[in-house]
Amino acid sequence: MKGMTLIVKEITRLMVPSIILLGVYVVLHGHLTPGGGFAGGVLIAGSFALMVLAYGSEETKREIKMWHATFGESMGIFLFWFLALMGVIQGTHFFTNILAKGRTGDLFSAGIIPLCNIAIGIEVAAALFAIFFTMAVMRLGEKL
Amino acid sequence: MNFIPLFVIVPLGAAFLMPVVSRLWKGMSDVLGNLAALFLMVWSFAALQMGHETTVFYAGGWEPVASIPIGIAMVMDGLTVFMLIIINVIGFAVTLYSVNYMNHYTDKAKYYTLFLLMMAGLNGVVLAGDLFNLFVFLEISAIASYSLVAFGIGSEELEASFKYQILGGTASTLILMGIAFFYHMTGTLNLADASTVIQQLGTHPGIIFVSILFLVGFSLKAALIPFHAWLPDAHPSAPAPISAMLSGVVIKVLGVYALIRIFFNVFGITAMPSVLTIFIVLGSVSMVAGAFLAISQSDFKRMLAYSSISQIGYVLFALGLGTPLGILGAMFHLINHAAFKSLLFLNSGAVVYRTNTRDLDQLGGISQKMPVTGITSLLGSLSISGLPPFGGFWSKLIIIMAAVESGHFALAGVAVFTSIVTLAYYMKLQKEAFYGALKASFGKLKEAPFLMSLSVILLAIVVTGMGLLLIPEFKSVILDPAVKIISGGLNYSKLVLGG
Repeated sequence: MKGMTLIVKEITRLMVPSIILLGVYVVLHGHLTPGGGFAGGVLIAGSFALMVLAYGSEETKREIKMWHATFGESMGIFLFWFLALMGVIQGTHFFTNILAKGRTGDLFSAGIIPLCNIAIGIEVAAALFAIFFTMAVMRLGEKL
Repeated sequence: MNFIPLFVIVPLGAAFLMPVVSRLWKGMSDVLGNLAALFLMVWSFAALQMGHETTVFYAGGWEPVASIPIGIAMVMDGLTVFMLIIINVIGFAVTLYSVNYMNHYTDKAKYYTLFLLMMAGLNGVVLAGDLFNLFVFLEISAIASYSLVAFGIGSEELEASFKYQILGGTASTLILMGIAFFYHMTGTLNLADASTVIQQLGTHPGIIFVSILFLVGFSLKAALIPFHAWLPDAHPSAPAPISAMLSGVVIKVLGVYALIRIFFNVFGITAMPSVLTIFIVLGSVSMVAGAFLAISQSDFKRMLAYSSISQIGYVLFALGLGTPLGILGAMFHLINHAAFKSLLFLNSGAVVYRTNTRDLDQLGGISQKMPVTGITSLLGSLSISGLPPFGGFWSKLIIIMAAVESGHFALAGVAVFTSIVTLAYYMKLQKEAFYGALKASFGKLKEAPFLMSLSVILLAIVVTGMGLLLIPEFKSVILDPAVKIISGGLNYSKLVLGG
């Protein structure tokens, strides 16, 4: 798959950072505004998919390796698991909130929920990108 | 701190670490996988030690309000502990076996990740105290097993996996629909709470509707005979350790356990005796037809797969009798079948590992070259065919006695007859694969690698000693608590909610 024209590439280059920023915003404000880890993660994965479409698979493969996606995915879900385990380590229940709840409406509030959202955001972004990468870029029998 | 969620936490954590750790050091995936499985096995025995009281764990500390549960509950009682032991002992034998066996395949880390996710799902299903979490864990293990069946990515594996996915997906859809109607009817998903609500509802038309959906859905997962089409393809196509896990554990947990929990403990079997009749019909049809389908097979693993259908038929048939003796027979046959069927599938894997074929016509006399595999598979075959000193004999005897006791003389005769057919096809299997003249092409055959042999020897010891479970000391610890929970029926909600 070759890349698209110069116009598409330039516009993509301008758009991608703001899409990622929007994704990060949605993830971080998951406990305050509509959206959250999943929605933000999808936005971030979408920006990667846009890059693959604009620049073509050859160029993408030079920049991004499959294991980046797998690593991000494992780490995201592991972080989520670890946050849940913190309750057990503290001596209470699995998935118990361990941080102060803060004031409603503040960015730093709602205990571990924002952290869980970040973990989900990483997981969803990496996993969706890995699926897209496998289906659009990799060829049968190719080493990952 | 409560120890119950560790059955789900540990395999999940190990599964998530696996892809990262295996990048650092290739051999690490074997170590991590086996450590997690060993921990789970030890932990399941620890659960046995902690007594047979019903213990409830509320995730996140969301305790019930005015004895109405509002959070996610995990319930551990006699039946759960019984299933946990089956899952985790077989699980450990299988991971030990995989260390050598999975060298055949490409990516061990992915295999262990999927396998541990499956274990987490299975443990979660038996621990789940509410219907929706039961469904979620059921889907985790089902989806992991779809990909594990296709792990060899040959055309046969992919076809089998596709078939399994379509039928498994149908089953899951029916179950989910059932859960939706169930929720509409009772207003709660907690099994114990729902059980009390259903008793107050009395005869409600929705109960029958939901029962049918659950019955079909879980029978598909258990591969009872009208719903069995996926099993003879999926179980032989999977890598041998996964076949052992699927036949030995997965169909029991996703199918039989869920049926028991929902129909005996939630709906209450006394209120709907027709379900027992359905169990007897499905069970005896599966028992006979599975055995006759098995006898004509010439594929080692396919024969074992049909045999699984037949043996699960025994379990369902015994459950359908509904008497305490029948339930004891069902539970005893369940644990027996888990042990010997996984042993036989692991043996078939050892044969495939060395000879690259599972066609019985091409095998012959390999017991001379592979004595460990030969002897252990003989023990497994004798036990499954119901020969006296082994557990398989006692469980079938109890089932037949229970059938006679409850007046089903003809069906008791059918069970005896099926047992003879079982003996016939296992004799065929032994004769064509392990005994008789050694084929010339197998002159340089070697025994299976050390860890594979070790794992089958461990399982063979379990199979041989299984008859001891009837000794009162062991029976009162392992079998009786499970039987008590099932025959206790609607007491379940009192035990869980405490009151």
